[in-house]
Amino acid sequence: MQKYSVFSLIKNAFSDHQNWEVAWKDPTPKKEYDVIIIGGGGHGLATAYYLAKEHNITNVAIIEKGWIGGGNVGRNTTIIRSNYMHDDNALFSEFGMDLWRKMSQDLNYNVMFSPRGIINLAHSDAQMNAYSRRGNSMRLNGIDAVLLSREEVQKRIPMADFSDNVRFPIFGGLMQPSAGTARHDAVAWGYARQADSMGVDIIQNCEVTGFDVTNGKIIGVRTSRGDIKAKKVGLCVAGSTNILAEMLNMTLPIETHLLQACVSEPVKPLLDHVVTFGAGHFYCSQSDKGEMVMGGDLDGYNSYSQRGNLPTLQHVLTEGIAMFPFLSKLKMLRTWGGIMDMSMDGSPIIDKTHIDGLYLNCGWCYGGFKATPASGWTFAHTIAQDRVHELNAGYSLNRFNTGDLIDEKGLGTKTWIS
Amino acid sequence: MLYIFCPHCGSRSQNEFAYGGDATVKRPELNKEISDQEWNNFVYLRKSPRGKHLELWHHISGCRQWIKVERDTSTHEIFKTYKADELTE
Repeated sequence: MQKYSVFSLIKNAFSDHQNWEVAWKDPTPKKEYDVIIIGGGGHGLATAYYLAKEHNITNVAIIEKGWIGGGNVGRNTTIIRSNYMHDDNALFSEFGMDLWRKMSQDLNYNVMFSPRGIINLAHSDAQMNAYSRRGNSMRLNGIDAVLLSREEVQKRIPMADFSDNVRFPIFGGLMQPSAGTARHDAVAWGYARQADSMGVDIIQNCEVTGFDVTNGKIIGVRTSRGDIKAKKVGLCVAGSTNILAEMLNMTLPIETHLLQACVSEPVKPLLDHVVTFGAGHFYCSQSDKGEMVMGGDLDGYNSYSQRGNLPTLQHVLTEGIAMFPFLSKLKMLRTWGGIMDMSMDGSPIIDKTHIDGLYLNCGWCYGGFKATPASGWTFAHTIAQDRVHELNAGYSLNRFNTGDLIDEKGLGTKTWIS
Repeated sequence: MLYIFCPHCGSRSQNEFAYGGDATVKRPELNKEISDQEWNNFVYLRKSPRGKHLELWHHISGCRQWIKVERDTSTHEIFKTYKADELTE
């Protein structure tokens, strides 16, 4: 594989940049693989990369129905954070933060990781107390957290509404300075390029149509490009998890819902951090191009449509304008939607299944992007060793049966309001 | 915008409704020995199909009745709506 560096850039300049190697190949599927990963999104690509890098398993195929990076890894709002209270989530996410910090060097691909800090705004004394509790829990787990006063928040985001007659006055906020954003497409492409260079076959335009299971053991996958045998199969398909589960006669604690995001026209740099509204569900950051990147609530009913509905967008942007009044003057550039695998306690599942050789990675709700490296790393471990790593031991499928839920928000099973 | 036909009020916009989730889950019978697995199935497991989905909606800003709606989860086409106690096809 050609290493990307200033020298390769100069060298290729002499041939007018016509001779760059392709970043990944377009192979025809082989008859058999050691591991098949279904889903060429961030998590699937990262899983294949860590299977090859950490476990030396390179006879691997990634099967993707569309094109790699065309699902949620290209549809999110690129936020990376580990500001969780529960140990399972905190330790898993903080492990991921380490991988994020090293990612550009590790992948030899600039993922533009920008640790600009996230601020969760508080709008009441009670919320300040809750944030102080969450911040303390984070710090006990070695995660940086700072409780900001109203004045400190105003210094950092003066464009927020600090006027007197506001419905939800800003009391302060909780900040994780090491949180940030990254270029989401680059994450997918960087993992794809490295995985490909280590021998992983990235097979696009290949839809899974069924599974071959004999005596409780997986032996292969049926696809639109023929049957492929495999010793192990990992599912990494986010919002499409239930469709594959149905082929396997499995019912999961997952519902598929639609989440929208949008960007405004680009403006000059004015917002240094990722900011979330505490009296509703709205988050905002500014991309390097200057667009305000915004998101909020789910559309609110089961959906596979990958395309949003206007009432929810209006509702979300109303919250946005309550927080940042200047947003009302901006034109909207794009809106889009992605389908989320909403789990019943709001936390993911990375586990083995009752079928031998079949592994499950799902339930990311709308926190999948930041988890990409840690999810790939632990899922690769789970597949390679046929046992969960201590980092994902809490993310078991059986926890709903035993009552060991990781209910970070304590919202219960109404996935559509979380 | 979805337009939902409330069997009590007629066609109304989705803004008047609150979603109530999968209408096919059945609570285990009262006064019966229930295994943990059965509770798990009732409380947590959902089919969440792509295609026809029978679901509950609450006409909260209208007649305040719960209704059942048969809707396609990929096209959002609404095929039929029912009163809460009405038998579905």
